[in-house]
Formats: sequence, structure tokens, C-alpha cells
Amino acid sequence: MRNFSLGKAFVPTVGIIALIYLLLPIFWVIVFSFNDAGRNNITWRGFTLDNWMNPCGAPNVCQAFGNSILVGVVATIAATVLGTMIAIALVRYKFKGRSTVSLLLFTPMATPEVVLGAGLAAQFLLAGVEKGIGTIILAHTMFCVSYVVVAVKARVAGLNPAIEEAGRDLYASPGQVFWRITLPMLMPGIIGASLLSFALSFDDFIITNFNSGTASTFPKFIYTSALRGVPAQANVLAAMVFLTAIILVIAVQMSRISRAKRLAKAA
Amino acid sequence: MAFTAFAGNAPVIEQAPRKRSWTALVLLAPGIAYMALFFVAPFIQLIITSLQMAPENAGIGEYVTAFQISNYGAAIAEYWQHILRSFVYAIIATIAGLLISYPLAYLIGVKLRPFPMLQGLALILVIAPFFISFLLRTLAWKQILPSELIGTDFSVIFGLTYNFIPFMTLPIFASLQSLDLRMLEAGSDLYASPVTTFFRVTLPLSMTGVVSGTLLSFIPMSGDYINASREFLGGTGTAMIGNVIESNFLSSQNYPMAATLSVILMAIILVIVATYVRRSGTEDLL
Amino acid sequence: MADVQAFAEAGADLELVGIQKRFPGFTAIEHLDLKIPAGSFFALLGPSGCGKTTTLRLVAGLEDPTAGKILIGGKDVTALKPHKRQVNTVFQSYALFPHMTVLENVAFGLRRRKVVDPLAKAHEALKLVELDHVADRKPAQLSGGQQQRVALARAVVNRPALLLLDEPLGALDLKLRRQMQQELKQIQQEVGLTFLHVTHDQEEAMTMADTVAVMNKGRIEQMGAPAELYELPRTVFVANFLGQSNLFEVQVVGGTDQVLHADLNGHRITVPRNRSARDSGTITVGVRPEKMRLHTQAPPEDSAVNVIGPGRITDVSFTGVSTQYSVQAPEFGEVQVFAQNVEAGPAAHLGDIVWLSWLAEHTFGLADDRLDTGALNGDFSTQAIATRASLAE
Repeated sequence: MRNFSLGKAFVPTVGIIALIYLLLPIFWVIVFSFNDAGRNNITWRGFTLDNWMNPCGAPNVCQAFGNSILVGVVATIAATVLGTMIAIALVRYKFKGRSTVSLLLFTPMATPEVVLGAGLAAQFLLAGVEKGIGTIILAHTMFCVSYVVVAVKARVAGLNPAIEEAGRDLYASPGQVFWRITLPMLMPGIIGASLLSFALSFDDFIITNFNSGTASTFPKFIYTSALRGVPAQANVLAAMVFLTAIILVIAVQMSRISRAKRLAKAA
Repeated sequence: MAFTAFAGNAPVIEQAPRKRSWTALVLLAPGIAYMALFFVAPFIQLIITSLQMAPENAGIGEYVTAFQISNYGAAIAEYWQHILRSFVYAIIATIAGLLISYPLAYLIGVKLRPFPMLQGLALILVIAPFFISFLLRTLAWKQILPSELIGTDFSVIFGLTYNFIPFMTLPIFASLQSLDLRMLEAGSDLYASPVTTFFRVTLPLSMTGVVSGTLLSFIPMSGDYINASREFLGGTGTAMIGNVIESNFLSSQNYPMAATLSVILMAIILVIVATYVRRSGTEDLL
Repeated sequence: MADVQAFAEAGADLELVGIQKRFPGFTAIEHLDLKIPAGSFFALLGPSGCGKTTTLRLVAGLEDPTAGKILIGGKDVTALKPHKRQVNTVFQSYALFPHMTVLENVAFGLRRRKVVDPLAKAHEALKLVELDHVADRKPAQLSGGQQQRVALARAVVNRPALLLLDEPLGALDLKLRRQMQQELKQIQQEVGLTFLHVTHDQEEAMTMADTVAVMNKGRIEQMGAPAELYELPRTVFVANFLGQSNLFEVQVVGGTDQVLHADLNGHRITVPRNRSARDSGTITVGVRPEKMRLHTQAPPEDSAVNVIGPGRITDVSFTGVSTQYSVQAPEFGEVQVFAQNVEAGPAAHLGDIVWLSWLAEHTFGLADDRLDTGALNGDFSTQAIATRASLAE
């Protein structure tokens, strides 16, 4: 029965190799944030906490980071509002051109970023709009809307219609049903969608590169300093974001588990 | 694109669409207007630009509205190698990604199902790359891999495969997660070996995930230019169509050429995706 | 919204006049006329797809009728939206608001109607269903039975003129269901509301309701007190849906002014005229299985007793309280007999030759002859089909 033991070991082995493949660079980036590097962070020189003490030490890095956060927040808010409205309309209402609207929304996800970026940039050029933070925000909102629609759509479709009917049955006007029942029930999905949107915006490079002019975002900063050498401070900032995000995710998971345990006990 | 991988596997409850009402239009109007302005119009603009031409004594960046279809011929003639290379890279990287991601997705979605805590942990590890800049990670590979390998086809494909593993793993995981394990038991009860069960039961049932994952990887890969650029994992002979578009647009400001190449890229992707989706029989991905 | 603000002192009556409901592709309700008196417990009984849930939703205002009027307490509410009708629903899936506590769930309707001191009234309602101690929990923390009671409290607290219940006990296990049936009946009588209960469970309908209406394919086939419906069904559908029946196609051959005499392949069947919908030609008559008795010999002739036989026992099923026999003969097909196990041990055995008798006054005559399927009953066992086929020749 050689087949069996080989087979049994196959999936876990490849799986673990895949995880290492995924995580090794992350590990590398975080480790190198402690590197006593000069301008270029390519070879290991020694352990130091200086970079972490002074994360804005390298020129422009914090400004670029700040821009990314600004762009992320604004684009996320815009995309979440627009996307949620569209998602509700798509699931709940029948109207002419429903499939066209669906197509319109999902095509950006199927388009390579080069094309999206170049097209939008050409448009800005023609309209004589000066490229900067504003155009970056406009561009990010555009591609985030599609993702928000997909994420919220799934949530809207999963709502039990009987709950909103119960609201109407219990003397709530349609407006009250929406604000007091529908929206709160959608909120987890909307928050998830906005987090996704922020992550996509924060890490976006290609579309940003085409539409930013002289303005800098964090990924753009990394790209432009790649040849010269990315300062270790960039690693530090990236590691900070990473650790914050991981801690948040783990915290949410743990609270979910403890809540499930409490429910099981109470029942 | 079976984005339920990212949106969670919420069950869909049958809802009769309500009667037509103006509420729908109010909800849709802002979003649709926005997309029309910032997605549709640029697209059309792209096509128009791709047909423009440079007049004799124009400065850099000046173009005249024209209808020069020969732009397309010229573009293909000059850059057919890059186009071909891009799609070859993308196909190889997609297949490699599939071969690596499927077992990972299977490990998490099937083998780890009895251990929800481990499953949660593994999933966090799979999405962890999303929390740290992909540029930094790709640069890390440039340092990790031996320098002889940098700048070769191998390093570019390596980087492409790497960057899209989560995009491949999550949809496949989602469809494997909802796989009823008793079907696998039924398979072996009916005399199928583990390998046969996989090819005849598991794989077909996870097909939607596989199709989503491959599309979510292949399409961005074909237009990528980070991995193939000199600063990262590329070298002199590895330029992809994305690199060409970028340099034409941002460096030489040859907008018609950049636009033409973009349209060509989109057209090829559309054809490949359409045939792929029809062949795998999952038309309603969305 | 003054009407909605006022508490209904007691229930109101409900009247449906000429209701029709068409959906694209099919008609859910053909033509419905219904009157439910105030303060009664009314059950709408029927198989899935018969239109009972649609009827409920029409009364609640969640759907609009294609034609017809709905009157509550004499007032035409057809054009009113659900949040303006003094009607509340207990949904099949309970539909509790997951993001609110139990207390807030119950207080929801009161708050919308701007009633004074909603929380105190909500506590009262929770006390009525004995769940005041979980007022601060979220619905997800409650069991199915508890959720069902919260849903009830949430509706009842608004003292609606009419309370609609959409198969609310379906998801509960048997014991809990029995308990809830009693509690619901109690609450209805205590509070004095009009209840309209929709269900496919005939036992539930008969236990709880003052009046039962049996619905089939968008129409009410028969309506009346449970006992009346059971002992005197009017149509084949009602005879088969409510309990079981043995049905026979017979030829009317004569009668007196009290009874009809009919012939069943040589057997004489007597039916009281006031229990038969038709009185001439070929009609369908029936008798409930528990009304029949088994005899090992042909019983003596009696004008008040119908006898058929001999037949052979083809199946014996012991169900604890009773033993069910299937008896077959070419003249009358397959007949079910339920015999209460007064003595321990079976009265007859498989293969025995027996005669069957029942009091003529228990016979009923139906208004129609067959179900849409062309069968006399919904029995689809291969044996039954074969017997029917042989009888038809």
C-alpha cells in the first residue's frame, strides 16, 4: 500500500512548502527592518533598533506613507458608499439593463491594471486635469467599487427577507426598515468590503504609477527607490502595518471563538 | 469572479426581485455615473488614442486625431515578441501556481476541517501577504535567490507565480470547503482508489474554484510589469507587454502606441478568457 | 396613524371578499371568500402550494391581491401598507432581529407606534411567554423553542386586531410542539385576540382551532369545526387530507326519505341522506377506518349496519395504541381498518378471511369522485395501483 502513505504525505508536504514559499519573503522583509543598513538595504550588516526608533528617518518615506493612508481612507469611503448602493440595487430591484450594469462593474476586475491605469491617465491628460493626490483617489475609488459590490452583494443576497418583512409587519416604514434593520444586518459585510478596499488601495502600484504625477504613495516610493536601494525605514513602516493587521485579524478571530463558546454555554 | 472566496460562503436565499421602482435608479445613479466617467470613458478614450498618429513636426506628446489602423500592425510587428512572452510567462506561472496552490487549498479546506483553530491559522497565513507591500516582498526574492538566476525567464516566472498564490488558493479553498466529505467516502465505498476519487469526484466539484483562481491569476499576470522590470526580477530579455506599455506611456510619451498595445492586450485576454470559460462550462462566474 | 396607536381591546373579525392572487406563471388563489369571527382561533389547513401562506401574506399586507377586498373589523384595508395595518405575524423562521436583544425585539413594534413606556410592556409580554429572564440576550443565544416564544411575544405585545401565525411550530420537536400548541391556545383565550393559524399539520389544526378551513389549489374546499370536518368530509381531497378514509364508488339503487341505498358490487351500502352530498347515479361514499369492525364470520343482517366481505387480510401493522389491518377483496379493493388494542395481542392474523362492518350513520357521501390524479385516494403503493387497475376492468 505504498500509494497510501505517499498520498497521505503528499498534500501536507506540498502545502507546507507552499506556505513557506508564501511567508519567507515576509519574514525577510521584517528581519531586514532591523538591518543596520546605509542607504541600501541589500546585504545584512548588523542588528539595530535604530530604524524602529526613527521610522521617518529616510527622506520622503513618511510623507509617502501618509499619502497612502489618506488616499486609502478617502477612496475606501467613496467606494464603500457607491458600491453598497449598487449592490443593494442589483440584488433587490429589477430594472432594465441589469446585466449590462453587472458587466460594467465586473469588467474592471477582469482588466489588467496596466490597461486601467493607462486609460485613465490618457483621460486625465485629455481633460487637462493635473495629476496628483486627487487623481490617485479618483483612480483608486474606481477599481475598488467593483470589489465592494461583489463583497456586499453576497451579503445582501444572504439576508433573510423574512426579517425585513417582520419589520414592516411591526409598523416600521420602509425608511425605518432600511436604517434600523437592513443596514445593521449588512454592516459586517460592509466593513469587510471596506477593509478589502483599503488593502487594495494601500498596496496599489501600477494604476497609481500612471495617475500620480509627482505625488508619492508608499508603493511608489518603494518602486522608485528600488534601484538605488530601499531604505530600511520602509521595511519598518511595512512591518508595522503588517503586525497591526495580523493582530487585528487574530483579535477578531479570538473574539469570534470566545463568543461561540459563550453561546454554547448559555444555550 | 466567484469572489465568494473573499466574501465568505454566505448561503444565498431566494429573493424575488421587487417591482421596478425609482429607488433602484437613485441607488444606482451615483455609482454608475462614476464608473461611466472613470472606467468606460477612459476605455473608449484608449481606443480613440490608439488610432491617433504623430504629425511630422510634432513635439513629444503631441498627437493628431486620426484613424490610423496601421498603428495596430506596427505595434504587433514591433512588439510581437513581448506579447508572446507575456502570455507564455502568464500561462506557465498560472499552471505552476495551480500546482502549488491546489494542494495548499486542499490541506486547509479538507484535511484541516476537523481542526478549525488550525484552519483559521492557516488561512491567516495565506492572506498575510496582503498585509505587506508586494513590492517589498518581490524585492526580498531578489535578495534571496542566487544572483545568477536573477534577470532570467525563471526569476520572472518565479515572481509571477509567487505574487498570485493567494489569489489562486482562496477560491479553490472556498469550493473545497463546501465539499461534502461523504462524497469522497462514497467514492472509496464504490471501489475508487484515492487518485481516481480525486480526478473523478474532488476535482470536478472544485472546478468553479479552479476556474476563478486561474482567471484571477492569469489576467493580472499577463499585464504585469513589476516582476519583469529590471529593478525587480527582470533582466534585458524578459520585458513583458506591460513594461512596453509603461515605457511608451511614461517615458517616451508615445500615447498612441501605448494605447494600441493596451487594446491588443485586452483583446487577447478577452478571447482567451471567453474560450476558457466556455470550455470549462462555468459561464455564470459572476 | 391613530388607529394603529390604539390597542385593540379584543380581536376584530377578518373578511376576505373575492380574493384572487396571480403570480406570473401561475395562480396561487383562484377565488377566496372567507369570514373569521372576532376572538376565534381559525386554522387554514392544506398541503404545500395550496395558497394558505399566500393568503396570510395578503392579510398581513406583504402581498397585494390581484382582485378582491380585505376587511378587518369592517374596515377596508386592501390598500394599506403592512406597517399601517393592525395585524401582526409570527413568521415560520421567527425572523427575530439578530442585532437586537430579545427585549428590543419585543419592544420594536411598540417603539414604532410611539407607545408610552415600551420596555415595561415588553417585559410584560415576555413574562407571558415565561422568557423575561433572557430579556438581555441576543436571539442567537436562544434555543428554537425560546426563539419561537419571543416571536410570539413580539407580535402579541402589540395587541393586534388579528394575529397571523405562519406554521410557527414546524421547526420544533414533537414534545415541544405539543406544549406550544397548548400554550398558544391558552394565550389566545386569555388575551382574546383573533388568531389565524396556517399549517399543513392536520393534527395541529384540529387540536388548536375553533374553525378549520381546508385549502386546496387556491380554494377553500370545506370549512367548519374540526369534528364536523373529520366526521363529514365533503370532497375526496378533504376525506384524504384529514385523517384517512376508505372510499368506494357505488351505484344508487333506491332509498327511503331518511337514507339512500347503494350497491357496491353486490354489497348493499346505506348512507343517511343528510350525510350525502349527492343522491342519485354513481357516487363516492366513504367511512373512516376506525369506525370499521372485523368479524371472523359473516355478521347477521341489520338495516342500520353496512357489511362487506369476505376479504383477506393482506397486512397487519402494530402501532402500539391500535393495530392497522389491510383487507382486500376484488369487490371493494383494499380497505384499511384501525382496531384499538383493547385486548393485548392481535384480533386477526395475516391471511385470515374476515368480514367488515360499520354503522350506516358513519358513512359519508362526497360531492366529487376523484382527485386530479384520477385516483380515489393518494395511495400510490404498487399493490393499490394494481388493485385499482383490476377493479377498473
